[in-house]
Amino acid sequence: MATQSKTTSIKTAGVKTADTQTTTIALRRPGQDTARNTIILGIGLLIALAAPFVLYPVFVMKVLCFALFACAFNLLIGFAGLLSFGHAAFFGGAAYITAHSAKVWGLGPEISILLGMGFSALLGLAFGSLAIRRQGIYFAMITLALSQMVFFMALQLKFTGGEDGIQAVPRGHLFGVIDLSNSLSMYYFVLAVFLIGFAVVWRAVHSPFGQVLKAIRENEPRAVSLGYRTERYKLLAFVLSASLAGLAGGTKALVFQLASLTDVTWQMSGEVVLMTLLGGMGTLLGPVVGAAIVVTLESYLAATSMPVPVVIGAIFVVCVLVFRRGIVGELQARFGRR
Amino acid sequence: MSVADIGQFMNFNSLPKTIAVGMPCAYISATKNADRQTTRTNREGKAAPMADDIILEARGLSKEFKGFIAVKEVNLQVRRGTIHALIGPNGAGKSTVFNLLTKFLTPTRGQILYKGRDITAMKPADVALLGMVRSFQISAVFPHLSVLENVRVALQRPRGTSFHFWKPEASLYDLHDRAEELIEAVNLTPWAGHTAAELPYGRKRALEIATTLALDPEVMLLDEPLAGMGHEDIEGTAALIKRVSADRTILMVEHNLSVVAHLSDTITVLRRGEILAEGAYDVVSRNPQVMEAYMGTGEVGHA
Repeated sequence: MATQSKTTSIKTAGVKTADTQTTTIALRRPGQDTARNTIILGIGLLIALAAPFVLYPVFVMKVLCFALFACAFNLLIGFAGLLSFGHAAFFGGAAYITAHSAKVWGLGPEISILLGMGFSALLGLAFGSLAIRRQGIYFAMITLALSQMVFFMALQLKFTGGEDGIQAVPRGHLFGVIDLSNSLSMYYFVLAVFLIGFAVVWRAVHSPFGQVLKAIRENEPRAVSLGYRTERYKLLAFVLSASLAGLAGGTKALVFQLASLTDVTWQMSGEVVLMTLLGGMGTLLGPVVGAAIVVTLESYLAATSMPVPVVIGAIFVVCVLVFRRGIVGELQARFGRR
Repeated sequence: MSVADIGQFMNFNSLPKTIAVGMPCAYISATKNADRQTTRTNREGKAAPMADDIILEARGLSKEFKGFIAVKEVNLQVRRGTIHALIGPNGAGKSTVFNLLTKFLTPTRGQILYKGRDITAMKPADVALLGMVRSFQISAVFPHLSVLENVRVALQRPRGTSFHFWKPEASLYDLHDRAEELIEAVNLTPWAGHTAAELPYGRKRALEIATTLALDPEVMLLDEPLAGMGHEDIEGTAALIKRVSADRTILMVEHNLSVVAHLSDTITVLRRGEILAEGAYDVVSRNPQVMEAYMGTGEVGHA
C-alpha cells in the first residue's frame, strides 16, 4: 500500500522533497552521539581506574556498589516508569545470601555473589508478579510492604544474625587464584562487576526490549493496542532490575565483609530513589553521579557534626525545585542530546 | 476503572468534544482462560471462502457503569472488506462500543465474535494479536520516541525479539525502510527524526495511523481519525483511509459527516447507547429519527 503513497501527497509534496534527504541522514543518527558517549565513558573509565591511588579504595568501592544499585533501580523507574519502593529487599537480601555462602559454606566470591544475585532474581520474580498488577502509588506500596516482610525475616531468621548481621565475611580468592583481601585486587574486581552490570543496563535500554519498555512507559494503553502484553515486559524489567540490585548488594557484602539490617531497611529503598532522582532518572549516567554525590556527602558529613539526613534532604528539595530532571538530565537538556 | 467511568460520564453530559474522554486509563483484565488459546493468525483466513462474510460481530452488547446504561443491547455486524462508520451525537456510546469491541472495557452483557470466534473473555493485547488493532480518540503516540521509533515499535512486534534485552538496537535498523515507507504514506517524512511530542495535533493523528498500519491489521478500528485535523490533512487522511481499506476492514467513529458519507459502505447511528438506524448513507440520512437526533444537537453542520 505504501508504494501507492505518492498519489496522496499532493499538498505537502514541496516540503517533503526538500527535507527528505536531510532527515534520512539524521535518522541513522548514532554518529556524533556515539562519539561523545565514548569520550565521556572513556574519561569515566580512566577516573575509575586511577581512583584507588588517590582515594580510599573502600570508599570508591562503596560508590561503585551504590552506583550499580542505582543503575538497576533506574532501569525500572527511568525506562519502565515503575517506582519500586522496596529495592532494599533485593540489595540487602542478596547481601545476606552472599555473606552466608562465603562465610558458612566457604564458597568462592564469584559463586557467592551469583547465588545472591540468583536469590534476588527469584525474589524479584515473586514480588514483580504481585506488584505489576497495580500501577502508580499502589505499585510502590506493594513493593514497600513486601520488602518490609523481607526486613522482618532478616531480623528474625537464625542465619542472618539478627541485629548483629553476618560479620567478618571472608572475601576469599577470585576463581581460587586472586586474593581479594588485597584491597587493590578487590577494587578492580568490584570495578569489573560494576562495568558488567552497567553494560547490561546499557544494552537492555538500547535493545528491542528497551524500545518496547519505553513505549510502555510513554503510553501503556497504546502499547497494549499494538498487541504487547505489557505486564510481561514490566515483569522482565522488574526481574532484571532486582537481579542487578542483588549483584550490587552481594558485592557490597564482600567489600565491607558484612551483611546487616541496614541494607534491607526501607531507608535504603528511599536512598536509592534519592540517588536516581538527584542524578537524573532515565539517563544512563545519572544514577552513577547521584550515587557518588550521596555516598560522598554521607561519608564526609559523618565526620562533622552536621546532621546528614537534614543536609541530604535539603539537597533533594533543591533538586526537585530547581533541576527536576536531575543533574545529568539537566546537563543533557542544556547541551542538547539528539 | 473509575477513571474510565468518569470519562464516559463526562461524555454523556455532552461536554465539548475535545474534552470528552474515551480512552481508558487502565484496561480491565478479563478472565485469563482465553489467554492460552491465542494463536497468531495470518491473513490466510481471508482466502478461505467463509460461510459468512461477517468479520466482527457484537451480540446484545451492553455496558453499565454503576447502574448507568452506556451501551444497551447493541447488535452490530461488520462485513469483511468494508468501511463501517459509527456515528451519533455526543454521549451516544460510540467510544464505549469501541472500547468494548477491543476489550479495553469488559461488557456487562453480550458477546463479541471476531471471525466467528468468541473473544468476549480475551485480553486487549491478545485481540490485537489476532489482527484487530485500534486507535484512540485522544491521539495515542509515544511522545518521547521519534516518529520513526513510534512506527518501528509496531513493526518490531511480529519479529518476536521484543523480549531480547541482550540484542543491540541496530538489530532493528533493517525495519527503517519499511518504517520510512509508512511515514511517507502519511506525509510525515519531514518529521521522521523529530520526537512525536513535537508534532502538531493533526500530524500526531497521522502518525497514529501509520503506526497502526505497521501491524498490517485485518481490522482497523479508528476512533475519530480526523478529529482536530486541518482541512488539507482531512482530505489526505480520508484518501489514505480509503486506500488502506482496499485489503482490510475498517470500523470508525467519526463526526465529520461529509467524510463519512463519502467513505463508508455502511453507517450505524447510535443514540443513547442504542442503535437508531443502520445502512448506507442515503438510507440513514433520510431516516427521520436520525435527522431529529442530529438536529437536536446541531451536529449535522459539522461538515
